[in-house]
Amino acid sequence: MNQFALAFAPDKLEEAWHVFLTEFPQGLWETLYVTLLSTFFAILLGLPLGILLVTGDEKGIRPLPKPLMKVINVIINFLRSVPFLILMVMVIPLTRVIVGTSIGSVASIVPLVVAAFPFVARLVESSLRELDPNIIEMAQSMGSSTMQIIFRVMLPESVPSLVTNFTLAITTILGYTAMSGAMGGGGLGKIAINYGYSRYKYAVLYLAVIVLVLLVQVFQSVGTHLSARLDKRIKK
Amino acid sequence: MIELRNLSKSFITADGPVDALKHVNLTVNDGDIYGIIGMSGAGKSTLVRCINMLERPTEGSVLLDGRDLGAMSKKQMQEVRREVTMIFQSFNLLMQSTCLQNIMFPLKLMHAPKAQAEARARELLETVGLPDKANVYPAQLSGGQQQRIAIARALATNPRVLLCDEATSALDPKTTQSILELIRQINRDTGITVIVITHQMSVVQEICNRVAILENGVVVEEGDVSQVFSQPRATATRALVFPEMANAESQGGSGYGQLLRLVFEGSITIDKPLIASMAIECGIAANILGASTRTVGKREYGYMLIEIPGGPDELAKALKYISTVDNVAVQVEAEYRSKEAEA
Repeated sequence: MNQFALAFAPDKLEEAWHVFLTEFPQGLWETLYVTLLSTFFAILLGLPLGILLVTGDEKGIRPLPKPLMKVINVIINFLRSVPFLILMVMVIPLTRVIVGTSIGSVASIVPLVVAAFPFVARLVESSLRELDPNIIEMAQSMGSSTMQIIFRVMLPESVPSLVTNFTLAITTILGYTAMSGAMGGGGLGKIAINYGYSRYKYAVLYLAVIVLVLLVQVFQSVGTHLSARLDKRIKK
Repeated sequence: MIELRNLSKSFITADGPVDALKHVNLTVNDGDIYGIIGMSGAGKSTLVRCINMLERPTEGSVLLDGRDLGAMSKKQMQEVRREVTMIFQSFNLLMQSTCLQNIMFPLKLMHAPKAQAEARARELLETVGLPDKANVYPAQLSGGQQQRIAIARALATNPRVLLCDEATSALDPKTTQSILELIRQINRDTGITVIVITHQMSVVQEICNRVAILENGVVVEEGDVSQVFSQPRATATRALVFPEMANAESQGGSGYGQLLRLVFEGSITIDKPLIASMAIECGIAANILGASTRTVGKREYGYMLIEIPGGPDELAKALKYISTVDNVAVQVEAEYRSKEAEA
């Protein structure tokens, strides 16, 4: 019998089941709160930045100086292009300043937010750009201020698209948590690496992957469903 | 009263500057339903957007009761935009808001108390004939109904001027009729000044009392609708009033005769059929290539393009005969040919 089949022998499965019952609840909890908090902070930073990208554009409702927009775009592109693994190491000093340590679940939120907020900004940008420019013109023709256009027109009209894109963000961040788990963070990623990679307990690794996949499925279904429910353009 | 004085607007495009409007002068009186008509690309949309400063004119000024809109602060401009509101070809409703919320939108912008705004919105739903659609979303309405909600929204702030930018162009003829009827009724009831931008002559004919014809950014003709319709002077106006003639002209006849354009300027041809009598009395069998006429109060207005077979003698005979008929002008088509050659 080959090594792969051996890894799923009855005794190995029984062991995996034991790990599942003892360590998975904690891992799942860590993964969940790291994902949700990271997404929350990424949106907190990414949403205003995404709005700025659209409104401050040359053809936007409140154009900002071109060089400033250029700098913002370069920074976003830079953060988006650094591989997450490298970024995690790069932001260790920042993590120490904010959290006090660079190890553990809470500490892993910092690199996750740094990696995700430029991504969220781009997602918000694309959502807002989908909006019919005629609607903005209508708001201007009625004497809306810039803030009124943003908060009374652009954001409310883009809610379904924003929900879809935030769903994409949360599932992506969930994937990243597994990576940060392997690099000193916590959660299911840590369990998968500790057992699967370090100790050749593939059954545990696969079990962790299954749970992660299920989590993505749940987030995605909820997001898709929510977006459709919120969209008033769909005739019911 | 709205006055446009020497209004020009140019855009910088990739192909260099484009003059969308060239020295436009117009006066719209209070209570007018004023039509601005032109083919696409004539500058109509730019013109209407200059009236509420969505586009800043490059030159010239827009005066609303003597106040120069171009000199206003941002704050003052926001006030003016409550007095001069707009409806659009694509309705531009907030698709994620109910009809009631849509109508309340301009009132919320000016921080009106919610109860007051809602009362006003419900009143306007009555005005536009959709009182039962308060909590319905725009996607569930037909195009005509959506435009009614847009009209209600435009009226929410009690404006003095309503700008209609191709407001019926996306609607079928029957719905167009009902929307125009609504606009006319609102104009009658409230005395609101309406400026209608359109490419459809029928819209102008239906509701406007005055009209300006715009071609390539220039006002080529302006006046009372009845007058402009009965005696269009500019080529662009004729093309709009009598679109059928454009086809006939481009076909150009058999090529063996002389083309004549007859212009009926209120002639009474009912008693005396011109072409038939010419055939009998002069023996000239004119070939009618195209005709487009309107009867306004028993008088004939319009155009006819005919071909006179034969040479110069027949032509002279025909011209002499037609000159005896009142209110018919003749233009020898060679003139038009050369114009086309220039173009």
